[in-house]
Amino acid sequence: MTTNDLIARLMGELKPVSPMAVFGRVAAGLGLGSIASALLMYFWLGLRPDMATAMGTTPFWVKFAYTLALAAAGGWAVKRIAHPLGSIRVSLALMAVAIIVISFLAFAELAATPPEQYMAMMKGRSVSVCTFNIVMLSLPLLIAAFWVLRGLAPTRLTVAGAAAGLAAGAIASFVYSFHCTESGMPFIAMWYTLGVLVTGLIGAIVGRYVLRW
Amino acid sequence: MLSLETRLKELMLASLAGDARSYGVLLNEVARHLRFYFLRRLSDAHKGDADDLVQETLMALHTRRATYEIDRPFTAWLHAIARYKLIDHFRRNRIRATVPLDEVEDLFATDLSDAASDRMDVERLLEAAPERTRDLIRRTRIEGQSIAEVAESTGLTETTVKVSIHRGIKAIATKLKGRAANDDK
Repeated sequence: MTTNDLIARLMGELKPVSPMAVFGRVAAGLGLGSIASALLMYFWLGLRPDMATAMGTTPFWVKFAYTLALAAAGGWAVKRIAHPLGSIRVSLALMAVAIIVISFLAFAELAATPPEQYMAMMKGRSVSVCTFNIVMLSLPLLIAAFWVLRGLAPTRLTVAGAAAGLAAGAIASFVYSFHCTESGMPFIAMWYTLGVLVTGLIGAIVGRYVLRW
Repeated sequence: MLSLETRLKELMLASLAGDARSYGVLLNEVARHLRFYFLRRLSDAHKGDADDLVQETLMALHTRRATYEIDRPFTAWLHAIARYKLIDHFRRNRIRATVPLDEVEDLFATDLSDAASDRMDVERLLEAAPERTRDLIRRTRIEGQSIAEVAESTGLTETTVKVSIHRGIKAIATKLKGRAANDDK
């Protein structure tokens, strides 16, 4: 096919594009991924049994706010990196702020606790599964985020993969917070954050290959 | 005259709104720039891939046109896509090339708009000659046909062709001089 033929074909295929098209694709992809992740959590792990009472406690809402902040920053990162020349610096800065805040809360809680209980606070009752569960719940989201980006134009694939992974991990940690009964700030600051970072790392490694267009 | 960025961006905005004619103009112009860009960056052994790369980049521009943000420069957006396609090409063909960290200006280094306005100048000057002569001059002096070829296809004798061209060019020269004189004033 000559270039002129191609141009004629593309002209024929031209349709108006909404300025919100990229945002729409990101929202649709991550939205569907979130639903899949929530269903997986519900049928595999189940909602926490004390949901009603937990909603009256501060730790529940701290977890809620922390993971939601990370999720929003992650979603924004996917949106930004979907554009050629896109950068995720703003999102990384927001995530860093959220992590600093939760770390501060964790240290404040540790400071008010006798040292012999430190280990118990950090390990909680689910240290062996928390990070793993978050990574598992992030898989449908990771696939969705890759699908979103493959249809758009990220030009730095490792960064784009990291953005997809961070968004997937953050939303998954939000979903997981409805199952997890832990209420210690040190626990959340360590293992939730680790879950998000591990997913980000997986995204960065896989994205390099999967996101090519 | 509008800058290249302004002109291409206007075309892109019209294209995003669905204007196929603007889109055609845009794609043709972009294709020319892309050809130069890729040709200069491919080694002699791979120059033949330039056209494939141009087409791939045009396809990418088309399918991913939603990622252009209207408050950003169009040329920078296109350059990022072209550069991505070039690096991807090197990777797929296992070419160990050092991709220069080129800038947007490299994609638009050859401003072809000059060539286009030169062509318009020539057309305007040709108007000084009569219609038939204009055609003869265009075919011999611009398209590069021989006097004999032109004579045969028009049914004129070679002498008539030569004389018409000579007179036509003289008329153009007079017009040019007149314009130069006007400019001097």
